[in-house]
Amino acid sequence: MEWFRIQRDIPFMRYALVFNVISLVTFLIAVGSLAVRGLNLGVDFTGGTVMEVAYREAADLSRIREAMARLGFGDASVQNFGTSRDVLVRLPVKQGVTSAKLSEIVLQELKKSDPAVEMRRVEFVGPQVGRELLENGALALLFVSLGIVGYLALRFEWKFGLATIVANLHDVVIIVGFFSVFQWEFSLPVLAAVLAILGYSVNESVVVFDRVREIFRNRRTRNWPVPQVLDHAITATMSRPIITHGSTQLMVLSLLIFGGETLYYFALALTIGILFGIYSSVLVASPIVMYLGVSREDLARPEPEKKAGEGGAVV
Amino acid sequence: MNRYPLWIYILIGLALVLGFVYTLPNFFGEVPAVQVSPLKATLRADAALMGRVEDLVRKNNLAASGVFFDAASVKVRFADTDTQLKAKDLLQAQLGEDYVVALNLLSNSPRWLTAIGALPMYLGLDLRGGVYFLLQVDMKAALVKKVETFAGDIRGALRAKRVQYSGVARDGQAVTVRFRDRVMRDRGMEEIASGMPDLELKAQDDAGEFRIVATLKPDAQRKTQDFALQQNITTLRNRVNELGVAEPVIQQQGADRVVVQLPGVQDTAKAKDILGRTATLEVRMVDDENTSNPAAIQAALAGQVPFGDELYLERGNVPILVKKQVVLTGERINDAQPGFDSQTGEPAVFINLDGTGARVFQQLTRENVGRRMAILLFEKGKGEVVTAPVIRTEIPGGRVQISGRMTTQEARDISLLLRAGALAAPMEIVEERTVGPSLGAENIRIGFQSTWYGFTAIAVFMIAYYLLFGVFSVVALASNVLFLVALLSLLQATLTLPGMAGIALTIGMAIDANVLINERVREELRAGMTPQAAIHAGYDRAWGTILDSNITTLIAGLALFAFGSGPVKGFAVVLSLGILTSIFSAVMISRGMVNLYYGRRRRLDKVSIGQVWRPKAPAKG
Repeated sequence: MEWFRIQRDIPFMRYALVFNVISLVTFLIAVGSLAVRGLNLGVDFTGGTVMEVAYREAADLSRIREAMARLGFGDASVQNFGTSRDVLVRLPVKQGVTSAKLSEIVLQELKKSDPAVEMRRVEFVGPQVGRELLENGALALLFVSLGIVGYLALRFEWKFGLATIVANLHDVVIIVGFFSVFQWEFSLPVLAAVLAILGYSVNESVVVFDRVREIFRNRRTRNWPVPQVLDHAITATMSRPIITHGSTQLMVLSLLIFGGETLYYFALALTIGILFGIYSSVLVASPIVMYLGVSREDLARPEPEKKAGEGGAVV
Repeated sequence: MNRYPLWIYILIGLALVLGFVYTLPNFFGEVPAVQVSPLKATLRADAALMGRVEDLVRKNNLAASGVFFDAASVKVRFADTDTQLKAKDLLQAQLGEDYVVALNLLSNSPRWLTAIGALPMYLGLDLRGGVYFLLQVDMKAALVKKVETFAGDIRGALRAKRVQYSGVARDGQAVTVRFRDRVMRDRGMEEIASGMPDLELKAQDDAGEFRIVATLKPDAQRKTQDFALQQNITTLRNRVNELGVAEPVIQQQGADRVVVQLPGVQDTAKAKDILGRTATLEVRMVDDENTSNPAAIQAALAGQVPFGDELYLERGNVPILVKKQVVLTGERINDAQPGFDSQTGEPAVFINLDGTGARVFQQLTRENVGRRMAILLFEKGKGEVVTAPVIRTEIPGGRVQISGRMTTQEARDISLLLRAGALAAPMEIVEERTVGPSLGAENIRIGFQSTWYGFTAIAVFMIAYYLLFGVFSVVALASNVLFLVALLSLLQATLTLPGMAGIALTIGMAIDANVLINERVREELRAGMTPQAAIHAGYDRAWGTILDSNITTLIAGLALFAFGSGPVKGFAVVLSLGILTSIFSAVMISRGMVNLYYGRRRRLDKVSIGQVWRPKAPAKG
């Protein structure tokens, strides 16, 4: 089987402007939504209590809401979780109510209307801990970004490093933007997924830029104009991001379908990240490199630490 | 050119065997067990205890399938949960209260596996069910309490040395001592400085008043906070022991937090209750007249307790009648330490009361010389007389010594109980995660299922697209899973649900390396290389890219590990380890198979890597 039967190089760079506009529009929508609507932060970050309770039969949400109102938690959110028998109750942080007792009070009240109700899970996060988790999340994002830029700068040249991280941070903003536009819950596992994707998507830029370097170093192709070099590098390697991301997506799809509610948004963030990763790390990063004015001289310097068999590749 | 030296094959074989052996325990499942661990520091889990437990098991006709002991406990395996529950009750009743008997699950793997350290993966609370608490210790309160003690000490010291002062008051975390004249102030300064080196003293004079402002030195503050934290951890550990949890985790996190993990606890309400409870301590007077009258005691034992009294048992089950009126409570105790009486040399407990406590105690002892007082400890709603000493003289200053009829061990236990009675500083639950056991089991099923389906989908695709090279890739991928699980089992890293998602994601990412290799080999074939050269060049040239991509993902994994908490940390561990194992398996193992299959052939016309399609008009270059 061969899915990529491409006769000649696809002139990606001729359409660079189109990609830029697409990116810019999605980026602006994401930023706009983040600014206006913000994120639906999960209990991990805001503090509060989440309870998952299971009933024998389909749960009557309105009765649960009434029970919550009786307890004075009119602001509780009550919704089904996965199945109609499972219910998720979210309570914001309450001043003066000791958190530890909260879940028991609620369970007792729920048991009054249906003794068969069972507590499946309780998560309580104090506001202080929530703030710390948020801070640590931001620190992790910063650390990953700096780490990757640093690594790419060592490995390539600053122009490539900059282009790659711009492309991938653009992915991060778009993933987070999706969570803002649809008001999906942004929790700790989602943050983990975003960071993992940030590290993962960089690969595709690396594959293309590795190829660019090979072309610049090749005696026969070294004098090609830059757009042609990029077009050729992308066309020659384009089967790779599609197949690798495709197979990773197979696994993520399995998590999305069979992983249950707990892993749903985690898998969803990965899915968005993978799809945008293919696009951005190739079609966003490459034009940026072009605009930054990359040239043969940037890469074709003789490198003493060149690995065996890497230079002088014939494609 | 595509041959590996023998040692590489041996290395691969060895890695696979080790991977297999250390993954093995995960397949044996778990059996119900009962775990017996001693509560007191002097009791040890040793062969003697094991013999005793074995005896009891035999005497009660319980069908045990094995008895073991390790550093902390003796464990007995049973065939089913019914026997396990029965055994737990019987053992608890017959071993007495010096031992904790808890239900546990033990790996059912053969003994030789356990002997080489091959254990099943350590499941996190979200997979096995249980409670996680993060408790914040109120350090400010601990410091205030300490300063309060010093205020009392200063009063006592100045009075003892006849230094006249007009007032001692605590204001926040400072003690202000006021004097009428400079001479007394200076003498007071000397006295306090020589007796209490932990205090930082400052002289302040204004408007005809002479003052000393005493604060804790930074060093002493740190010591106080450390002490408070350790004290609270000790208290928590004692309380958790009561719950009969098989493998509780109680540890310090950061400067002022304590993590408590109770796997398998289902009654979370009770757990919270016990953790949050303060065992209370009370000082009351003994009703000497009635206690020394055997008839009254008999009557009380039969249910007729004299008016205004309550019947308690002293240690050693001696009945004693105690007045209902509470003179002093445990909140007034600052510290209790075991030691020895300076005159008789017999074991004693030294108690340090706070200012108010000291005053009350002085009055109590002054009025009751020659009579007995009782120190009672209430735990689990049940009271017990810890000790009932005779008051010999008036005791000023809040420094109380209890001695007589005590062994060294008892002195240590009593002082621990007295200290544990009150927490050194209040604590608050700032994070709680409770997972019911049914949800835990479901999470395992979900995690396993989605990983397996994803793996199958990838395997089908790889074999359909790359044929034999696809088979090699899938075998390499499977061995990656093997290594990852073996490593997680060996390190006993905590596996959480996000961790299981991490295994799945690692599989999805690990296959990338093989895709990169296979695509590169195809490309070289397309460019007209001979099959042997194409394989060689494909592996060689893909290597740089594989390394790059794995390093960037590893950076993300490490950052998540450094900044993540709880379940996310589990994800980070799996991700980072999976990247390391995938580099080995995707490159070395798949190459090993390729070399073994193709490398030995002189003439190789064709490799089974799927269709190599060539453009009609060759691309430029």
